[in-house]
Amino acid sequence: MMEPGLDHLLFIGTALFFIGIYGFLTRRNLITMLMSLELVLNSVCLNFIAFNKYLWPDRLDGLFFTVFIIAIAAAEAAVAIAIIIHLFWNHKSIDVHAAEELKN
Amino acid sequence: MMNGETIVFYLLAALTLVSALMAVTSRQIFRAAICLLLSLLGIAGIYFWLRYEFVAAVQIVVYAGGIAVLIIFSVFLTQRSGEDLPRQSRARMLSAAVAALTGLGLVMLQVLRHRFSGTTNPAIDNGVSAIGRRMLGVGEDGYALPFEVVSMLLLAAMIGCIVIAMRSKTKSS
Repeated sequence: MMEPGLDHLLFIGTALFFIGIYGFLTRRNLITMLMSLELVLNSVCLNFIAFNKYLWPDRLDGLFFTVFIIAIAAAEAAVAIAIIIHLFWNHKSIDVHAAEELKN
Repeated sequence: MMNGETIVFYLLAALTLVSALMAVTSRQIFRAAICLLLSLLGIAGIYFWLRYEFVAAVQIVVYAGGIAVLIIFSVFLTQRSGEDLPRQSRARMLSAAVAALTGLGLVMLQVLRHRFSGTTNPAIDNGVSAIGRRMLGVGEDGYALPFEVVSMLLLAAMIGCIVIAMRSKTKSS
């Protein structure tokens, strides 16, 4: 086992990103797809913090990017859940295949 | 010989990745939501390990306290309890796993081959007062403009949520 460094953090970030992608590709339920999306956003935040810590410790840019990403993710999750609950009222289901009015 | 700090890092990494994996594979949606919460807390722990206490606190407050609770509430509102998600077809899961593993392999290959070169300047203070002064600064490395833009975005998202979630009287039957 080695001392943890930048590569370890980048591995965690990459693995989280692709776990999120896997979930996004396999899930068919809107809430679980939103959860996968949160994992992807978190992996990006982790990468920003890792680069800030190990490559540019004399600046705070990565930290600010992370804080703004978290704020925007909160707004996105709130809007997405409002849309999901509205969809549930109209269709009694939140499967992605239930929402296909726009097709025709 | 490993010291305690290294052991804590590997424990946090294992918590994050294992619970993230369970969050995307579990067929009980409530268990998936709880695993997502654990994964977010693991990431907050990694931020604490890196000594970015402010980001860790924001992560716990916004993600674990806000978004995870919001997701759990929407699970309560939309799912029948005790009902598993339908099983996905094996071909879809296999192709998604192949795509994800291929992407992971390619990205990690590039990351490990690349030599990152950073600065050699000494680290600066990343305490809350330094962050606050930078966040509201209008100087060369101030973040006042993005701060205001994000506040406008949050206001717009709030109004949008209310408008979307308002049930119209005519369609309420």
